[in-house]
Amino acid sequence: MTNEVETKLITGNEACAEAALVAGMRFFAGYPITPSTEIAECLARRLPKVGGTFVQMEDEIASMAAIIGASLAGAKSMTATSGPGFSLMQENIGYASMAEIPCVVVNVQRGGPSTGLPTLPAQGDVMQSRWGTHGDHPIIVVTPSTVRETYDWTIKAFNLAERFRVPVVVLLDEIVAHISEKIVYPKDAEIEIVDRKITERDPSSYLPYENTDSDIPPFAEFGIGYRYHVTGLCHDETGFPTNDPKKVDKLTRRLNRKIERYRNEIIFYKESFLEEAEICVVVYGSAARSAYRAVSDARKLGYKVGILHLFVLWPFPHEALSKIAKRIKFFVVPEMNLGQMAHEISCATKQEVVKVNRVDGGLITPVEILEKIKSVQL
Amino acid sequence: MSFRYEFRLSGSGGQGLILAGKILAEAAAIFDGKNATQSQSYGPEARGGSSRSEVIVSDEEIDYPKAVNIDLLLCFTQEACDKYCKDVKDDGILLVDKNYVTSTPKGAFKTYSLPITEIAETKMGKALVANIVALGVITRLTGIISQQAVESAILSRVPKGTEELNLKAFNAGIELAEQAG
Repeated sequence: MTNEVETKLITGNEACAEAALVAGMRFFAGYPITPSTEIAECLARRLPKVGGTFVQMEDEIASMAAIIGASLAGAKSMTATSGPGFSLMQENIGYASMAEIPCVVVNVQRGGPSTGLPTLPAQGDVMQSRWGTHGDHPIIVVTPSTVRETYDWTIKAFNLAERFRVPVVVLLDEIVAHISEKIVYPKDAEIEIVDRKITERDPSSYLPYENTDSDIPPFAEFGIGYRYHVTGLCHDETGFPTNDPKKVDKLTRRLNRKIERYRNEIIFYKESFLEEAEICVVVYGSAARSAYRAVSDARKLGYKVGILHLFVLWPFPHEALSKIAKRIKFFVVPEMNLGQMAHEISCATKQEVVKVNRVDGGLITPVEILEKIKSVQL
Repeated sequence: MSFRYEFRLSGSGGQGLILAGKILAEAAAIFDGKNATQSQSYGPEARGGSSRSEVIVSDEEIDYPKAVNIDLLLCFTQEACDKYCKDVKDDGILLVDKNYVTSTPKGAFKTYSLPITEIAETKMGKALVANIVALGVITRLTGIISQQAVESAILSRVPKGTEELNLKAFNAGIELAEQAG
């Protein structure tokens, strides 16, 4: 860390690993998988030097379990994987949601389903990242499209996990993860670091899942005298299991409300050229890189087109989209899947959207998006 | 008009094309102060299989990072040459390793067929540094990135203890390009 402006050429995976260390992450458990491996590789070298712990686990189920345990003991923790590993992590991601354990899961998307296309990009895990684990559960999903954005959003992912006591998924894809590009690091003073709120109660009066005004119970780390029960079962304020319908209802609603009520503080998107636009391209992740080029080319040709670039996918910005829909005639949605977000955008805007989809392991090209912009009949 | 220059280094896995691309990008972005991205596409195999590394150099921010209108195409296999030569610009450069690519297509681009791997083997005693010899050739033929910047980038990226060998390989590439005119 430095106060001088430093410039380097690094990959998205390297930026993710470095940012995690800056955010205060000191425990990583994972199982290497393409195209996420460099994150583990980098942290295996770096973590021991800053007093942290790196563990290569036997699989992704155990990796997820390990970072939950480490977080309960007070460490900011993270794992990194790709589609097949992300599938294995789902059960324990649900456990982290239920037991309110802050942690960060990086999923570098590759072609799927199953082992799919190990070395090629895709954006097919967008719905899985929201609904991969069962039950009504809270989760936050962020997705950057450049190396610098990967750095910034990895730090933000830790801040969100700590503040809301939830698992946060950082969705990268092979392009963003493996691209080498210039990064101008932010100065230390520009970086905001958030730590979980620690209880002010003493061990005898501590309630691990206390209902508070904020809906986010203050935390007590394991190992310093606080003894409490943590379970994936529905529980009351003490942490012990309960089937009492009133208590279960209260818990389930609070768990989800603690994200919903703060959604406007979590959601983040960038608008470009939307003031006079008739067509809006809604995009996220590496496909955004192609969209910026396509929109710039289309504007030179006289098309009134702008971009809504999403950085937080879940919670989904329904309100922003329905507001924008009042002045936009057509929405174009480029995705490296068969239209997972297009459906959500259609619901929010109450309009049919024009889909641009690629599922062959290639990055959508600017020309493919431009052609769809041209095909729209205004 | 903004400036955008596209390189594609193609061949098979294990030939060091991804490293070569990273060195080019680092030379342009860090040591020459331009913007640059390097991206790649390869199969799941550790060795063999097709591999390609793409470098974009620009004076503006680079959004779309893939090469579509290539200024310089390097081919280390016949297969790569057959597949990608159609993507080279009219006034672009096709550079092939003479030992691997025996048939070069006709086109509006300029073609150089040079004994890159042979030079690495005979002059350096290691075919392994063919990628760095190629960097020397590319630096000299294109003039897009300064020689000094590429040297600095090589030194920052190659394993410790191999600096001298790699700089020698780079200079051999420059010479090879000079002879080719």
